[in-house]
Amino acid sequence: MSGEQIEIQIIASLVAVTCAIPGVFLVLRRMAMMSDAISHAILLGIVLAFFAIHDISSPLLIIGAALSGVLTVSIVELLNKTKLVKEDAAIGLVFPVLFSIGVILIARYAWSIHLDVHAVLLGELAFAPFDRLTVGGFDLGPKSLYVMGTILLINLIFILLFYKELKISTFDAGLAAALGFSPGLIHYGLMGLVSVTAVGAFDAVGSILVVALMVTPPAAAYLLTDKLSYMIILSAVIGVVSAISGFWLAILLDANIAGSMATMAGLVFLIVFLFAPDRGIVAIARRRSRQRWEFAGKMLAIHLLNHEGTPDEKRESQVEHLEENLCWKEGFANKVIKYAESKGILIHDRGMLRLTGYGREYAMKSVTDEST
Amino acid sequence: MDILSLLNDLLFDYTLRTVALGSAVLGIVSGALGSYAVLRKQSLLGDAMSHAALPGIAIAFLLTGSKISLVLILGAAIAGWIATLIIMSIVRTTRIKYDTALGMILSVFFGFGLVLLTIIQKRPDATQAGLDKFLFGQAAALLERDVITMALLGSVAIATMLVFWKQFKLLSFDPDFGATLGFPMRFLDVVLTTLIVIAIVTGLQTVGVVLMSAMIVAPASAARQWTDRLGPMIFLSAAFGALAGVSGALLSSSISRLPTGPTIVLCVSAIVVLSIFLAPARGLVWSWFRDRRNRGRLRLEGMLEDLYSLALQHKDPGHAHPVSVLRLMSADKGGVDNSLRKLEEQGLVRRVKSEDWALTKEGIEHARQIIKLGVGEGQ
Repeated sequence: MSGEQIEIQIIASLVAVTCAIPGVFLVLRRMAMMSDAISHAILLGIVLAFFAIHDISSPLLIIGAALSGVLTVSIVELLNKTKLVKEDAAIGLVFPVLFSIGVILIARYAWSIHLDVHAVLLGELAFAPFDRLTVGGFDLGPKSLYVMGTILLINLIFILLFYKELKISTFDAGLAAALGFSPGLIHYGLMGLVSVTAVGAFDAVGSILVVALMVTPPAAAYLLTDKLSYMIILSAVIGVVSAISGFWLAILLDANIAGSMATMAGLVFLIVFLFAPDRGIVAIARRRSRQRWEFAGKMLAIHLLNHEGTPDEKRESQVEHLEENLCWKEGFANKVIKYAESKGILIHDRGMLRLTGYGREYAMKSVTDEST
Repeated sequence: MDILSLLNDLLFDYTLRTVALGSAVLGIVSGALGSYAVLRKQSLLGDAMSHAALPGIAIAFLLTGSKISLVLILGAAIAGWIATLIIMSIVRTTRIKYDTALGMILSVFFGFGLVLLTIIQKRPDATQAGLDKFLFGQAAALLERDVITMALLGSVAIATMLVFWKQFKLLSFDPDFGATLGFPMRFLDVVLTTLIVIAIVTGLQTVGVVLMSAMIVAPASAARQWTDRLGPMIFLSAAFGALAGVSGALLSSSISRLPTGPTIVLCVSAIVVLSIFLAPARGLVWSWFRDRRNRGRLRLEGMLEDLYSLALQHKDPGHAHPVSVLRLMSADKGGVDNSLRKLEEQGLVRRVKSEDWALTKEGIEHARQIIKLGVGEGQ
């Protein structure tokens, strides 16, 4: 592994962690698409700030762009307030306009300089190590390392300072308002954070993949835990895993790094979506099927108990009879009997079913106590 | 370039005619079908579908090696469709919310598409040139056969929409009612979603995946301001879309270095802004005037009531009272003189002395009527 490769992986991981932190709150607050709007709209901010200060690497650029992100959010909210357009339509109306203005400005006035639309949209992580920070002749490493590091620090400080406020206003906005937290302040604080993060990450991964890194790891983490703090940590971990595996995928395929990171993030989500211990598709399917057999077994036991010692016991205990009585298909009835037998609930004796002692108890308990 | 020569070019210049026609088709199809997306609160689904189409385009090219638009559009449509399906199933089976699923699928599909595009671009043969026009669209590169493909697909989509007109109306406004009537709502949902996918993918070549969502949302949102009826809304939306498409194409062709896609988006957004401000009944300007008029009327009525209730203290309902008393009674201190002047113009009050005002006969009559009807219900 060359030094450059290590540096790229470090930067990629930093970007992933920095994006995941505000992303958790976006996902929980149902504002994931706001990241899409912001990350597109900051293009205009970057372009305008560039026109104003003519320096592509100035930190003022980040501030200008972040302001345009917050501006987007306020325009969307203003539009919502008029009640003339639907809420989701407002987002879909605002950011294409700002993005289009940005693209046109670049095409018309900035086409000769280092601001081309493709780089802005797609990012190019592979070039990140070439732009280095040197102080007094000493090479201190790639610049974007410091930019992202600073933004990560800002994110961490914000989250740690306002953890309680964020948590309450996210899960119970009413309570937060009653306790006197300003919902607007938290909201715009968070949006500012998303904007700054998007601007920082923009350079490295481009505007659309910022969304992938902000939304996908938290979405996966959301399926793995019920605790906010774990969710933040898990999102960061998933982000780093996607970043590093994405980097190697890109090397393997000789493809765009940011795109590979997004692809890996999607793959991680897919794995979690399928195999998460409680909420994964497989777990849900297994729980459903277990519940189905349990329920059927219970029904059979209760049915047998019902007719035990009655004149029609003989008829009711026949295997064939189950099919019409409980409306079970033939194959299903046999499977239920096998299941019940394996659980020791009944004995299958030449077409006749008999409850065991345990089975009797089990049936009684099922009838009287619904919680079992 | 003056208007006449522009018109001349529009009719006889091959490139310009093709571009303008293509943009018009795009505007009509996305405007008409976008109406349903907006009404069903699926505006952002268009965004997700158009981004998700990218890997479909790349895979279609990788598999067939062809750049015929029908093939690429088909790939795009399949990918957009799959993306929609995944979004729906994530929302249905997990606790992940709709917006998160949208953002995630949008960006992951797009990222995967980028990976494929970079792989294609690094292939030794140069056949891949031009695939990345799907990112931002390149209307100038439209060929006549592309436009014919777009028009054919669009006509099929719009014809289907017309055939299922009643059903889609039910689906958009009251799907439960539709289900009780025995319509297969799920199937109709699938059909409508497919039509929206078609609308999106036919526009990709012109405005690109990033901005295509605006073509779905904007014309419909503008049209919504002008009417409360579905038919006129869809018609208007299609007209707005076509207008924006053609004017955007013309603008970008007559001014150098003005990319078509973003220009079309700006045109359609300008229509939205105008509609939001100017549309009768709903428009901001009219509702502002209406509010102002209502406020003014209420203020005058309040003034009449004040004068009347003061006069009731005396035998003569036309008894005059000093303006200072009215000022005390009025909620807004500054507007009293203004309101009195307006009432005087209407002949409802008269100035008795320099500072004293009384109701005229008509004024008394008017005040009684207001009190009878109740404040604020005088309309």
